[in-house]
Amino acid sequence: MGEALGLLGFGPDGWGDELAAGAWLTIRLALATLPFGLAVGFLAALARNSPRRWLRTPGNAFTTIFRGLPELLTLLLVYFGGQTLFTRIAGLFGGAQIEVSAFVAGLVALGLVFSAYASEVFLGALRGISRGQHEAGYALGLRPFTVLRLVVLPQLIRLALPGLANLWLVLLKDTSLVSVIALNDLVRETSVAVHATKEPFLFYLVACLIYLAMSIVSSVGIMRIERWSERGVRRS
Amino acid sequence: MNIELLERYGPRMLEGLLVTIELVVISVVLGALLALPIALARMSRSPILRGASLAYVTFFRGTPLLAQLFLFYYGSGQFRHFFESIGLWWFFRDAFLCCLFTFTLNTAAYQAEILRGAMTSVPRGQREAAMALGIRGPAVLFRVILPQALIVALRPLGNEVILMIKGSAVASIVTVFDIMGVADLAFARSFDLSVYLWAAVLYLVLVETLSRVWNVLERKLTAHLAVAGTRA
Amino acid sequence: MKVECTFVAQDWDGMIPALLAGKYDAIVSSMSITDERKEVVDFTDKYYTNSLTFVAPKAAGITDVSPAGLAGKVLGAQSSTVSAQYLEENYGDAEIKLYPTQDDAYLDLASGRVDAVLADVGPSNLWLAGEDGQCCAFAGEAVVKDDLVGIAIRKEDSDLKEMFNKAIADLVADGTYATINEKYFPFSIY
Repeated sequence: MGEALGLLGFGPDGWGDELAAGAWLTIRLALATLPFGLAVGFLAALARNSPRRWLRTPGNAFTTIFRGLPELLTLLLVYFGGQTLFTRIAGLFGGAQIEVSAFVAGLVALGLVFSAYASEVFLGALRGISRGQHEAGYALGLRPFTVLRLVVLPQLIRLALPGLANLWLVLLKDTSLVSVIALNDLVRETSVAVHATKEPFLFYLVACLIYLAMSIVSSVGIMRIERWSERGVRRS
Repeated sequence: MNIELLERYGPRMLEGLLVTIELVVISVVLGALLALPIALARMSRSPILRGASLAYVTFFRGTPLLAQLFLFYYGSGQFRHFFESIGLWWFFRDAFLCCLFTFTLNTAAYQAEILRGAMTSVPRGQREAAMALGIRGPAVLFRVILPQALIVALRPLGNEVILMIKGSAVASIVTVFDIMGVADLAFARSFDLSVYLWAAVLYLVLVETLSRVWNVLERKLTAHLAVAGTRA
Repeated sequence: MKVECTFVAQDWDGMIPALLAGKYDAIVSSMSITDERKEVVDFTDKYYTNSLTFVAPKAAGITDVSPAGLAGKVLGAQSSTVSAQYLEENYGDAEIKLYPTQDDAYLDLASGRVDAVLADVGPSNLWLAGEDGQCCAFAGEAVVKDDLVGIAIRKEDSDLKEMFNKAIADLVADGTYATINEKYFPFSIY
């Protein structure tokens, strides 16, 4: 037991600081992906909800593809394909090299997957807000964008929150896949420690527990946000 | 479309498809069998059963599948001598079986929660009515509660199967030659991105097929509920 | 060569795609020269000669490492390497497992999941000398003795290739190569 604690300690002999650094990257990646995923997901939901076919069909196709492909596959496609794509584009503009880092590839891939699922959540929420709300807004003389901002959005957040909260928890776990493209997240750092110490069970168990801790902390935070978003709703 | 590439790796890709299907089907079915006892334990009166099942479910739902896979795959290798002494090393030695083990435990946790949620959604009155009619213990569960619960659980369970199809791709990281595994191999030799596109097509076909099948299943099983909105 | 160099770390499977995408200009990472790789990148002249050898547990006593001798066994190698390719092409009767890193392959060798691992002689030598490699030893003769290692560069960078070639030739000619060789290896690796 003492030996195990020694291996996990901070400082030159212990792997604690490496694991912490990995966990920090995991959190950073998830947090960075979130706004991207939410924004694209919301736009996709609007497109899918639109009466115009030329918006609806691509929106639906986008969602079907990124909900149907394994996250690992999407990640590799973005990582390998993205590099080639950017080099070709850069070539057209006279050869400046744009580097697509593994972090960005991870962010884009996970963000696309997140947005596909999020669009589903937003769609359900949009449809859950009764038409009466929109109409009341217009009746009061509010412009469409103001209606969206002051009437629809707050209600949307409340309706979408449980679904989005779930997606956040999934995102946290999906970041583990970037270890495959050699990004130094928690799983990657754990693997390095394992190769050096030959204690896979101990280290992977600790990694799992760290993810668990992150999930639990997130859940607490989400509960707080849910309570805030439900303020003012009359309880029947 | 590189014909030579297709000829070289196409057949192996289809073998990989078979491996993926095997992995998913077996783990989902075994997971379903495990899920019922776990769900019941979650709702039991005994604090030990409740605590143990909660810990199980929290662990497998709160940690990434990849981390779980590494834990059981490389972790079991560490305890080889122990497993040999109890005659189980042949199981954990095999990468496919190791993946099956991990995937089953993982999906069982998710299915248990889905089942539990569905069972608690069945109105209390159903259980009370059943007991008033003199129906005993297991029959109440299997004849009255579960059938109604399964209808509620159908959609989320279908979702879970799809998630398992996608999740199974991580098996490629521990030497299993499923769809991803073959694609990785083909890409390593050819550097041609299109091998990943074929893999994408195969996965999309799998997922779409399952979705359609599930929709048909849902329609068949809820046909009796299709009366104009009312349900007694 | 009198140029400034920056080192970029990259996972093995993505080495060549990243070179082609312009992430860096040369791969100096013990990459073997193969015809398949030559289809997509160019190589300089060799800078050392590698051999591929099997590593197996001492207790297993494997001496015959021919395809017939290892039939039915489980063999491991790192994916995207010449070892992996060699196994695929020649050891059809054995079960082949591929790992994302060399360390993962050694880990499974130590735990007994694979019966033998085919790898470059250099890393294997290092692993066997270490604490975790005590279980195992080289098995049989090297199966490939003339694997040439070169620097990979994009096909259009022919002037860079010339610069590297000249530098390598100079190193060998003025004895610097021999000095470095002696410092790290008991045998000549050129």
